[in-house]
Amino acid sequence: MSTSSPSSSDPAGVLCLRGIHKRFGPTHALRGVDLELRPGQALAVIGENGAGKSTLVKILTGVHQPDEGTLWLDGQPLRLQDTHAAQAAGIVAVHQETVMFEELTAAENIFIGRQPMRGPPGLRVVDWATMNRLAQQVLDEVGAGFDATTPVNQLSLAQRHLIEIARALSHQARVVILDEPTAALSQAEIRDFYGLVRGLLARGVAVLFISHKFDELFAVCDNYVVLRDGASVGSGRMQDASEPELLRLMAGRSIEQVYPLVDTQPGAVVLEARDLSHPTEFDGISFVLRRGEILGFYGLVGAGRSEVMLALMGLKPLARGSILIDGQQQRIRDAADAISLGLAYVPEERQRQGGILDFSVRHNLSLAALAGPRHAVKGQVSRGPWLSALRESALAQRLIERLKIKTESQDAPLSGLSGGNQQKVVIGKWLGLEPRVVILDEPTKGIDVGAKQAVYQLVAEMVAQGLAVILVSSELPEVMHLAHRVVVMKRGRQVAEFQRGEVDAEAIVAAASGLSRNAA
Amino acid sequence: MTRRDWALAVVIVAITLAVGLRSPVFLTPRNALDIANDSALLSILVIGQMPVLLTRGIDLSVASNLALTGMLVALFGKLFPGAGAPVLIVLALALGAAQGALNGWLITRFELPPIVVTLGTMSVYRGAIHLVSGGAWVNDQDIHASIKALPRAELLGLPLLVWFAAAVAALGWWLLRWRRAGRDLYACGGNPHAALVVGIPVPQRIRMAYTLSGALAGLAGLLWVGRYAIAFTELATGFELTVIAACVIGGVSIAGGVGTVGGALLGVLFIGVINAALPVIHVSPFWQQAIAGAVILVSVLLNSRAQRQAGQQILERPAA
Repeated sequence: MSTSSPSSSDPAGVLCLRGIHKRFGPTHALRGVDLELRPGQALAVIGENGAGKSTLVKILTGVHQPDEGTLWLDGQPLRLQDTHAAQAAGIVAVHQETVMFEELTAAENIFIGRQPMRGPPGLRVVDWATMNRLAQQVLDEVGAGFDATTPVNQLSLAQRHLIEIARALSHQARVVILDEPTAALSQAEIRDFYGLVRGLLARGVAVLFISHKFDELFAVCDNYVVLRDGASVGSGRMQDASEPELLRLMAGRSIEQVYPLVDTQPGAVVLEARDLSHPTEFDGISFVLRRGEILGFYGLVGAGRSEVMLALMGLKPLARGSILIDGQQQRIRDAADAISLGLAYVPEERQRQGGILDFSVRHNLSLAALAGPRHAVKGQVSRGPWLSALRESALAQRLIERLKIKTESQDAPLSGLSGGNQQKVVIGKWLGLEPRVVILDEPTKGIDVGAKQAVYQLVAEMVAQGLAVILVSSELPEVMHLAHRVVVMKRGRQVAEFQRGEVDAEAIVAAASGLSRNAA
Repeated sequence: MTRRDWALAVVIVAITLAVGLRSPVFLTPRNALDIANDSALLSILVIGQMPVLLTRGIDLSVASNLALTGMLVALFGKLFPGAGAPVLIVLALALGAAQGALNGWLITRFELPPIVVTLGTMSVYRGAIHLVSGGAWVNDQDIHASIKALPRAELLGLPLLVWFAAAVAALGWWLLRWRRAGRDLYACGGNPHAALVVGIPVPQRIRMAYTLSGALAGLAGLLWVGRYAIAFTELATGFELTVIAACVIGGVSIAGGVGTVGGALLGVLFIGVINAALPVIHVSPFWQQAIAGAVILVSVLLNSRAQRQAGQQILERPAA
């Protein structure tokens, strides 16, 4: 049979993808992905947030099935109808967000669903002793310094990551997908991790490596594929590539076009935090925030940044420390207290915590004002004790225009909007509260470049209007280009503070991942 | 055993001793046997309910299932006096399992919330008793002799009812501690998304849990009818709540993924001891329910406080 499309050249390598497409409702997440994985080689998959990397991983692990396109394993067409099929094919993923069973031990997390068994057929029982021994072996192999019988809920995020890696190792996998595997690891742990990856490659395993950090891609990978807006836009050998070239391929536009110029002069101090501390999550966090200022909070995943923000909003108890608004010490017992003091918080996982997907755009936009503790705020959507549909609609219209939200009507359900527009709605509703401080937690996670630009523009406008913004982000370019100052956190502690333009990316990353500390 | 299990065991012993101090009859072997007999039916249902709770589900239909299966085997026994005990046991297990399997199928096939499905089938099964019996009772003289003998017959000095409960408990422990399918249930409830990602057949495991719960409800139905020598429409009405209460007191989490057979049995024992103790110290039966309710609230409160304080471990622990 002849092949019809130019991209379907002979499938090569252990795993080969040709013309993969995937749609979710109106979102066209993947539009033609081609890649090849060869035994003993590592392939870097490079792309911005929202370029389709997560969807690609889900297709390779059998969580989603492609709408179009073919997968080949050893030259044979492969159908991954579920996660079991992917595991049977020897494809294993180490996930960006750890996939863990909190209540079970490390050993069970490694072997769940395929525990070693003993006894006669039909009456076979889990061989706990063997399982714990094998788990301990593989944990020792990845340099995890804890016991295999430790329940996962007693382990830190970095330790959980090691369990995930141990799980992939124990699978005798042929293809290992590493999705941001070092996001929560310190510099020393990352070095050990490179050793692990090289060990996998030496055994002839094919590795698909997803990362934002170019230095580690150059250190580990042989080849690369660049994804942009769900399609492969370039590929080649890593040693022939350069960082600026890859960046240009990723963005398809230059940095100056993505980030607006933020040149406001910070004014008087609005918010001051002194020695905020929690028993297990963070310790000794102090900072000031001024009018018209963007304060970045940078750190590895799990460094405790979101936890500090939750504490500011009264959603996490403080063991010590005080919060001052306009120089007055305030007691914030719950979110209503925080909101009435002019704080607004846009949470990290916007689909779970931020917006109600089945509600209309209008109802999502009026949520914050509806719940607002002050009458002046409530007055925007109500008349006396009664809700006013007219006022609610007017508020929604104002916000839709101000934020340039693309929606058919106010009545369209939030779920029908694109990721960026959803994010605008989720952020925009807080402006209905007329806040003075807006806390944005990973506001561009999982949205495409165009939507990111819209969010950056929105942030720039907010500070231009005199709002103060805290920007929690793991995207270094984001904090470096937008924030006036950057606070760096590591393992629950504040390790550095930088002015914009004062330092380069490496200094910030080094502070966050503790290189200097290890050297000392 | 966890610290929580020990604490519950200590509370149970303390109550037993305190009541025994006031009326020594409470500490006799005779009374212990009564408590064991009364707790046996509850414990069979609890071992069925627990796997369901582990998957983040709930089975509200167990008492209706018990009553319908009890009525059906009673009518069967009346029609076929020649049937032996093994036939009756298999019949009860099969009828109960069928009802449980229906719950599991509805929940997984249509992705419906378990509480809604089992609330529905709770009424359906209860209504079906009317249909099959015409609303009439099956009285002592019409109950098959083997059914009546089943819970009472003695083996090694203990009634068969207690042996049944022990066998079911052993089976539950074997499944949940030693079999892959049982361990999978913890994963399904602990993190449903992750369970799918690591390749656990989640819908299949959920159906298994409900089918098992149904089968054990059927067995309990047979034993219940035998023990009280009567089958009627309102049999065991509301008993599903006692079952869930015993699970919760025993440390099985309604939120899924947490619970052990040992803990659940302690929960059963606690309810058994309270129910036996209150009449002895002249507390009215109306208070008994309120006290059981208060205990549930206290144990849930203690659980959630323990969880909230834990938080995440982000800060490095001080070096040892």
